[in-house]
Amino acid sequence: MYLARVLGAVVTPVQHPFFDGRTLLLVRRLDLDGAERGPDRVAVDRVGAGEGDLVLVLEEGNSARQIVDDGKAPLRSVVVGFVDEVEVDGRIALANEPRVTPRPERSR
Amino acid sequence: MRLGRIVGRVVATVRAKDLDGEKLLLLQPLDARREPAGATLVACDVAQSGLGDLVLWVGGREAALALPRSFVPVDATVVGHVEQAPDVSGREEMATAPRPRNAPASEPRAKRSAEQDAKRSLPRAPPKRKR
Repeated sequence: MYLARVLGAVVTPVQHPFFDGRTLLLVRRLDLDGAERGPDRVAVDRVGAGEGDLVLVLEEGNSARQIVDDGKAPLRSVVVGFVDEVEVDGRIALANEPRVTPRPERSR
Repeated sequence: MRLGRIVGRVVATVRAKDLDGEKLLLLQPLDARREPAGATLVACDVAQSGLGDLVLWVGGREAALALPRSFVPVDATVVGHVEQAPDVSGREEMATAPRPRNAPASEPRAKRSAEQDAKRSLPRAPPKRKR
């Protein structure tokens, strides 16, 4: 798993049926200094994250299929956590900016 | 899963038996800036992709799982046609011309409307291609 920043949603009107009704997010991997160095991935959202959010991304196929409870799902990247803060050496290295609007209800 | 662009078609008449009937496309992996990220590769397709399309694709074991048949020996499969995706500046833009769901890629695209032409002539849009 790694820390990433959500760049925004990806819309795919023609897609594998597994992705129907699921939110896809473009995410960019972060270093601990907060630099967005990538690589970039498209991940299925499980926490209701949105653009600009600091999130936890899982990138392993078998774990991803276990999370969606579908042994044949063609996915590898899943947003599995909304990160409040990351502490390194007793200091807050990364934190999510407080939201103006409340987070939407948990998606499936 | 990653973004990519379809940059070509691959014709291979002699192939492994399990690969029979699968459409093969040449795929350029992209980053969020739509810049090339890695070497081009050959991928199967379940999203009726055509040349120039911005797509969503998976690699590894997931590539075989995405295909309806089991088991096809592939290591990359296009699983989605991307209509909208953010770029790094957060500006959303139309990636490729929208296509109705399940329309085959071989069909000629609908002519662009005057509105779309106007959009294309915005300063940040690429220059018009001659037809």
